[in-house]
Amino acid sequence: MTAILTNLFDGVAYGMLLFVLACGLAVTLGLMNFVNLAHGAFAMAGGYVCMVLVNRMGWPFFAALPLAFVSSAAIGIVLERTLYRHLYARSHLDQVLFTIGLTFMSVAAVDYIQGSSRVFINLPAALQGQFDLFGVGIGRYRLMIIVICGLLTIGLQLVLAKTRFGSRLRAAVDDPRAASGLGINVPQVFAFTFAFGCGLAGLGGALSAEILGLDPYFPLKFMIYFLIVVTVGGSSSITGPFLASLLLGIGDVAGKYYVPKMGPFVIYTMMIVILIWRPNGLFGRTAAR
Amino acid sequence: MFERKIFSRTAVAAAIASLAAVAPAKAEDSVKVGLILPMTGGQASTGKQIENAIKLYMQQKGDTVAGKKIEIILKDDAAIPDKTKTAAQELIVNDKVNFIAGFGVTPAALAAAPLATQAKIPEVVMAAGTSIITERSPYIVRTSFTLAQSSTIIGDWAVKNGIKKVATLTSDYAPGNDALNFFKQNFTAGGGEVVEEVKTPLANPDFAPFLQRMKDAKPDAIFVFVPAGQGGNFMKQYAERGLDKAGIKVIGPGDVTDDDLLNNMGDAVLGTVTAHLYSAAHPSQMNKDFVAAYKKAFGNRPGFMAVSGYDGIHLIYEALKKTGGDTNGDKLIEAMKGQKWESPRGPISIDPETRDIVQNIYIRKVEKVDGELYNVEFATFEAVKDLGKTKK
Repeated sequence: MTAILTNLFDGVAYGMLLFVLACGLAVTLGLMNFVNLAHGAFAMAGGYVCMVLVNRMGWPFFAALPLAFVSSAAIGIVLERTLYRHLYARSHLDQVLFTIGLTFMSVAAVDYIQGSSRVFINLPAALQGQFDLFGVGIGRYRLMIIVICGLLTIGLQLVLAKTRFGSRLRAAVDDPRAASGLGINVPQVFAFTFAFGCGLAGLGGALSAEILGLDPYFPLKFMIYFLIVVTVGGSSSITGPFLASLLLGIGDVAGKYYVPKMGPFVIYTMMIVILIWRPNGLFGRTAAR
Repeated sequence: MFERKIFSRTAVAAAIASLAAVAPAKAEDSVKVGLILPMTGGQASTGKQIENAIKLYMQQKGDTVAGKKIEIILKDDAAIPDKTKTAAQELIVNDKVNFIAGFGVTPAALAAAPLATQAKIPEVVMAAGTSIITERSPYIVRTSFTLAQSSTIIGDWAVKNGIKKVATLTSDYAPGNDALNFFKQNFTAGGGEVVEEVKTPLANPDFAPFLQRMKDAKPDAIFVFVPAGQGGNFMKQYAERGLDKAGIKVIGPGDVTDDDLLNNMGDAVLGTVTAHLYSAAHPSQMNKDFVAAYKKAFGNRPGFMAVSGYDGIHLIYEALKKTGGDTNGDKLIEAMKGQKWESPRGPISIDPETRDIVQNIYIRKVEKVDGELYNVEFATFEAVKDLGKTKK
């Protein structure tokens, strides 16, 4: 019984982490209809910023986390203004080629600057180790991930559903022309959204260094996981990718624990089954635009 | 049109003339070593270490042997076998190298093997560790290690030292399977029991579920082989999950506690027992000098890959000395067979039959020395051959 609960806990933490990493991609892909395969590069940037601040400059970990968000968002907004926006109207193939090229460039750049070996972020002692809660082993770091990601998810959902900015964004996505006719500054809304997605990825990158490992190949290694989350979850809302992340996280951990021989394949099997059952993802819009 | 023809003719003539001018300049007084290493990609630390060690050796010993100037041509294959093959072809055909050397991973060494056979030039393997490699060409010589060497030894050591139940966690690729099988063979023959066997995918994001399974199986120790870069991740999660406090030790071939990364792994790694060919803490004077020189030149500690590169270039030097500068591939291979020398890792030799390395395997425990983490050797198995082959 305790084994089940421990696995469930690990799975939720892993899923939450996936969600923070991938939800920016869900936003750009689903809301802005832009295929951004370079998403992982922003996550990596955040991770490395956090690493440099904590390990080399002695910042406390919790002070470096927001900066990981801010720096990735800043890189995101610069690239959006200079490069990405020219590609919004282009075909998906152009977008894919452009962003995958950007990914390779980021890999080479980080490799050149920081070296190719895996880096770790020095954690405060309070986040290390496990404690027992009614016999269930709870990892402190993973608990922190669940708390941070949980709060973020709730916040995001509220912003999208309840605020003026959220409704502007949804309007801009549904019909950019009508939205701009109503006085909504569509490019600005998109730029802001894009930057925010990048920032979330940066935060995810910083959080994931401890669990997934951070090296210059991060954007390529985890691209497939981000894409699975978005395809399974559908990209029309935040709830879809969120539930998909949880499902995949728990499925992956449980699969590796109970059937280790098949373990690595469980996540792909789940994706295939779900996509056969619902080709647009769990929460995809059935009537395509 | 007419003009262009004349132009092309003169161009060709000029090209031929320049070729003729270059040809005699490419005299017989230099020996070229084509070094193929992963300088980018996930295995880049291997390439970097070997390159550094070779530079260091050539600084120390000079770049002339038996009247010939040694010239190193470095190519990056990023540990991708296709690129290794192309690089080897270019080196052999265009640069006319006399040796090919390096090879960060097993598939890379194998990809170059047929080319070495065809060109009849020695292939000096300085990293890759699967047993079969030296059997793929009569021109392959190895100065690194085989996984069988360290895995069988740690298996023997474990049963003799009160470890009865072991869970294994190995990466699912050729070296991982080699490590697992050789360990199991000796460990179970000695009366040990493998209670849990997990193979992790090579690109493994998260060890958590595997480690939880290990913890619940309650073994005396976990036998671990993961590629060098993943060792740190593994050790961190091992500690996070409290396996160290549950009294489950980590044992394995020394890749998981590679000197290159060891110091960043944190105190969880303390007490890990591994069997391996080299530790930067090896107590010989020669090694102390080697470590000091390497640290001075490159700012960090040499690992076992650096030593393999250092010995690899040494072997090339010695072979040339023995042939008196003759670069005939067959003669060089003959000269390499049976070479014996004192390396920073201890006494080593090249087995004349298999062209594979014979070396001491040390049992080491991770301890803190002057505030840094080191593999401290406490037992020695002398002159270990590759058991992957001697079995046949």
